[in-house]
Amino acid sequence: MKALYLVLLLAPAFGFSADAPPKVSAQQFVDLQQGNSAFPGFRRAHAKGICVSGEFRANGQLANYSRASLFKPGSTPFIGRLSIAGNNPTAPDLKAPVRSLALSFTSSRTEQWRLAMNTPPVMAVADPHTFYQQIQAIQAGPAAVKQFFATHPQSSEFLAWAAQYQPSGSFAAETYHSINAFYLVNANGQQQAVRWAMQPTVAVAATDLTDADALQQEITTRIAADQVVFDWVFTLADATDDENNSSKAWPAGRQQINAGQIVLNGSSAQLAGDCHAINFDPLVLPTGIKATADPILRARSAAYAESYRRRAKEQLQGALEGSNND
Amino acid sequence: MTNSDRFSLSMRLLHWGMAALVISMLAAGLLMIKSLEPWQLTIMTIHKASGVLAFVLVAVRLINRLRHQLPALPNELSHWQTTVAKASHWLLYGLLFAMPVSGYLMQYFAGRPIEVFGWFRLPAALQVDIQNYALFRELHGWLAFALIGLIALHIGAALHHHFIRKDNVLKSML
Repeated sequence: MKALYLVLLLAPAFGFSADAPPKVSAQQFVDLQQGNSAFPGFRRAHAKGICVSGEFRANGQLANYSRASLFKPGSTPFIGRLSIAGNNPTAPDLKAPVRSLALSFTSSRTEQWRLAMNTPPVMAVADPHTFYQQIQAIQAGPAAVKQFFATHPQSSEFLAWAAQYQPSGSFAAETYHSINAFYLVNANGQQQAVRWAMQPTVAVAATDLTDADALQQEITTRIAADQVVFDWVFTLADATDDENNSSKAWPAGRQQINAGQIVLNGSSAQLAGDCHAINFDPLVLPTGIKATADPILRARSAAYAESYRRRAKEQLQGALEGSNND
Repeated sequence: MTNSDRFSLSMRLLHWGMAALVISMLAAGLLMIKSLEPWQLTIMTIHKASGVLAFVLVAVRLINRLRHQLPALPNELSHWQTTVAKASHWLLYGLLFAMPVSGYLMQYFAGRPIEVFGWFRLPAALQVDIQNYALFRELHGWLAFALIGLIALHIGAALHHHFIRKDNVLKSML
């Protein structure tokens, strides 16, 4: 029995080939993300964030492409989270290179959808094991990052985006990308590969504030004053496009469909709000949306589950009692 | 061999069918919590749907068992051996129920509906409850290790009966 168990544990390693990066497990991945100083009870990645709430107002434009009920004309409420990259729940907002928007739709007890979106439109790499090496390089410092990109030409589109990206002064003024592609499936069973982006409807210049919570304070004030709106824009792949490589954008000029508006109208500190408990695993999908074979997308469930399991257990053991993330 | 020396055909089919299902599910579970490979999502989806099947099968199996006469254990067994044999069988039934129930509850509290072979979906909580998720997630893991241990004991005992005691116990299930 012990030998059988060992074989089961080692089986993933059998896929190893000489020119591919060493394969890592979900546990190794989350160990790397949390670093040497884990923050008990918090997410291992994108640890700092703020809960938001609101609704998706669908215009019906996408209803012919997907059976998902929320694309029919009408509104669906959501719980969301605006966050910054990194493992530290108290990190300064403006130092983070990546900002994120995550959403959770609960259309019914059987139809739920989690979305996790970031400011870059593409990944620097196309598989989780190379992504592990990229994070190792980031943790090792600028020289290692330079070396990593010099030896990974697949990162060119990500680097081109990073070179021109100007962080704005608000979570409300960023564009949040699905990065990975998904399939929309309609009532006839027809399948269409898509990516999407939440596009801002306001422009906010870069801020000269230095407060660690500058972005959280800005969005709290902004939402209290008025709703914050994004357009949910889908890009449809052509037959010639590769939906399984998240390091490559599809050519400009692909058909785009605006499915409606994402409207934020409430916010609260993450430990006080409903978003903290949610695992925003983008593979929780409703009927009418399907995962592609993109290796980065397919790696997300196991990695998110490991992070979620660790912090859920810590919370059960009282890690967040008396904690305050304001 | 007379009929009373052997488990009924329905009991043998359910036993071996579930043995294959449960061992595959334990293997899939151990792999899918570690793997970042593209097949992880496929295995996980099948694992969750199979849990529904396993729950139905163990319920059918329990009812079927209560309706049938079982072959008697060998007379040579000591009192403690028959006690352990009977207790381990009821513990196996308990774990075979507890595994799918804890698996479903961890998904329920995490707000993850379960797609059952594209046929229907099991409902999930409308509001995520992370503490109950943690409870059932850890329980599901511990129960899995208990089940692996008990299956190992069960196989060991069957082989012991067959090769060392050379009695009819393993044959009664073949």
